[in-house]
Amino acid sequence: MNIAVLSGKGGTGKTTVSLNLALALKSNYIDCDVEEPNGFLFLKPKIDKTEKVMVEYPLINDNKCTSCGDCVDACQFNALAKVNKDIILFQKLCHGCGTCEIVCKYEAITYKKRETGKIESGKIRDINCSRGILNIGEPMAVPIIRQLLKNLSGDYNLIDCPPGTSCNVVNALKYAEAAILVTEPSEFGLHDLKMAVELVKMYKIPFGIVINKDDGKDNIVKKYCRNEEIKIIGIIPYSKATAILYSKGEILYDEMHHKIIFDKISKEVLLWN
Amino acid sequence: MKIVISSTGKTNEDLLDKRFGRCQYFQIHDTENGEVKILENKGQDSSGGAGIVAANQLNVEKVDVIITGDLGPNAFELIEKAGIKAYKCANIVIGSVLEKYNKGELEEIKMSGPAYHGAN
Repeated sequence: MNIAVLSGKGGTGKTTVSLNLALALKSNYIDCDVEEPNGFLFLKPKIDKTEKVMVEYPLINDNKCTSCGDCVDACQFNALAKVNKDIILFQKLCHGCGTCEIVCKYEAITYKKRETGKIESGKIRDINCSRGILNIGEPMAVPIIRQLLKNLSGDYNLIDCPPGTSCNVVNALKYAEAAILVTEPSEFGLHDLKMAVELVKMYKIPFGIVINKDDGKDNIVKKYCRNEEIKIIGIIPYSKATAILYSKGEILYDEMHHKIIFDKISKEVLLWN
Repeated sequence: MKIVISSTGKTNEDLLDKRFGRCQYFQIHDTENGEVKILENKGQDSSGGAGIVAANQLNVEKVDVIITGDLGPNAFELIEKAGIKAYKCANIVIGSVLEKYNKGELEEIKMSGPAYHGAN
C-alpha cells in the first residue's frame, strides 16, 4: 500500500511522521520533497544507487527551419519565442511534451535529453529509502517525482510529499492508495489543512489526520475534524523533548514515548489495508 | 516611432505598471501620427513565461521602445535580440511618462531584473 504524507502548510512534521512511521511499519521511505529533501538527515542510509533524471527538450535544425513560428504558437508553456528570423528556446520552461515536433512541417525539430536531477537510494535498518533531488535552478520537480514513484514495490511505501497543494503534491498523490495529513493547531495549519483535505477527497482514498505539536486542548483542528467527520489517527504532543531530539537529527522512534505514538498510528494505518 | 508602455489602464491618466510580463495593458503610442493603440497583455494570465509572451506580442507589433519598471531575464533576452530599446520608469501616470521620455529623463535598461518578480 502506498501512503502519501502531506500537510498543506510546511513545517508541520511530514518528514517526522513519514520516516518514523516507515520504521514502525518496516516499510519503504520515499522522500518526494525534491526541492529540499531532508528525510535522509535523520535516517542516514548508506546510498548504494544513484540514477539521473533526464527531461527532453527540442533541438532546432537551422538548415531545415524556415522560422514559420508554428512551434512558437503551439507551445503551451511559452518555452519558444520568435525574434525576427530566430526561434529561441527557453529550456527551463520546456515540459518536453513533444507538441513542437508534431506541428513542425519541415521536420526541423528533434529531441535531446538533459539532466535536471537525480534519485538516490539506499538501506538502513532493513528499510529501503529513496529520495529525489532537483538540481539547483531547475523549476520542474514533477519529472523527478514521477521517476521516484513509478516503480514502487513492497508491502508499504511511505511517500513523504512536498508542502502545499500544487502540481508536485498532485502528482505524488496519483500514486497513493491512502493519505495521512499532518497538521498543527495553528490558524495557518488549519487553513492549509482544509486545502489539503479538499485535494485528497478528489482521489477517493482513505485518509486520516495526525496533529503534531498538539497543545492537549480541544483546539481548532480537533473541532474541524469533529465537524467534518475526519478521523484523527495520531497526536504528537508539543514538547521540548521532541524538539531536542529533532534538532540533533535523532530518530524519535528510538525513544520509548515516541515509539508508542508511532506504533499507535501504524495500527490505524493497517486498518486501511 | 512606436513607444509602448506597460500600463494599469487604457488612458493617459492611468499609471504605468512596473511589471512587464504581468501588466494588464500595453499602450502603444505612435509618435508619427499621434495614434494610441491599446493591447491586452497576453502574458498576464499565463502560468509561466509571461515575459516571453509579452515580448513576443510586442515584437509582432514592431515597437521601437519599451517603457516599463523592470524586465525579467527571459523578456530582456528577447527584447535585446529584437533590437528594441527599453527604458525604466516609476509608476507615474502615462502622460508624465511620455513627457519624461521626450525630455530624455528616463534611464535605459541594460540589465535584466530578477526572475519571477511580477508574479502574483
